[in-house]
Amino acid sequence: MKTTDDLSLAATGATLSTPSSEAERRLRGLLEQGLPITSRPWRTLAEQAGMAEGQVMACVRRWQADGMIKRLGLVVKHRRLGIQANAMVVWDVPDERVAEVGRRLAREMAVTLCYRRPRRLPDWPYNLFSMIHGTHRQRVLSELDAIVQRQGLEALEHRALFSTHAYRQCGGRYVREEAS
Amino acid sequence: MHCQAPSIKAEDLDALDRRLIDSYQRGLPVCTRPFHTIAERLGSSEEEVLARLERLQAMGVLSRVGPVFDHARAGASLLAAVAVPEAERDAFAELINAAPGVNHNYAREEPAREHGYNLWFVMTAPDEPELEARLDDLERRLGVPILRLPMLEGYHIDLSFPIPWAELERA
Repeated sequence: MKTTDDLSLAATGATLSTPSSEAERRLRGLLEQGLPITSRPWRTLAEQAGMAEGQVMACVRRWQADGMIKRLGLVVKHRRLGIQANAMVVWDVPDERVAEVGRRLAREMAVTLCYRRPRRLPDWPYNLFSMIHGTHRQRVLSELDAIVQRQGLEALEHRALFSTHAYRQCGGRYVREEAS
Repeated sequence: MHCQAPSIKAEDLDALDRRLIDSYQRGLPVCTRPFHTIAERLGSSEEEVLARLERLQAMGVLSRVGPVFDHARAGASLLAAVAVPEAERDAFAELINAAPGVNHNYAREEPAREHGYNLWFVMTAPDEPELEARLDDLERRLGVPILRLPMLEGYHIDLSFPIPWAELERA
């Protein structure tokens, strides 16, 4: 049975040959700006990138499979919805415990990001970063208290840095811009 | 980018808007007509779904519909911070925003004010050498040292958390 993908390939007369790396780079750049909200977004992207629609979908599936694409869907601006409080909670964790504590924090529903980063002594002693979002600062702080208790982290030095102003919030732009 | 605009009221988003957001922060189907497939699953029409997504984008509830790339694989990036006088914060933030590759830039406050880092931003680049060059260049423009904090290990990297609709309505 032919799938719709096969049919669209047949319609454009394209084969699933590997697109040029240049075309893939263009596609990456286009995808970073989001899909066109049209009935056939992959076809529009394919035209812009100089690829076939089937090649675009194959590329996206490959990038999903190899982890280059973490998720594909609606990218919500939480602030706009009123989820205004976000705290970057930074922790000073003994090096031998940082992976264990990082994984514990990551299990918490309220923790949306959790990374290990280097200390920069003497200016910066914190080596574990976690993000907690919420509707209000007080809710975020009480959630943080609850996490500390649940995970037994009372002994670890930590600070909650609340954002007070967003000067910019947008998706990554990794693709090198064309020389102009 | 206009993050200081007043928030959208949760009441302005109806059941279909919310189901779109709740169901498709991930898992957008990769097929010829993805929005048609979504509409079928949600018992709606493709036209309606397209109209809703257009509207949510226009309202600024969605920054886009599309992929979120893995920073570590998609290129080079790091979290950076500078300590600047609060009174001059806006001017420094403007310089940071003008630098190539900056995709997040927040003022943050730390109640104890023990370290003074009050502007936090993410700098991205196609590769590591370019990233360093961009940071070095920005550091010269700012005239203050940039704290550079590359990610060493990620334990959980996902911003697609459930939206607390009920809590937003009470707000």
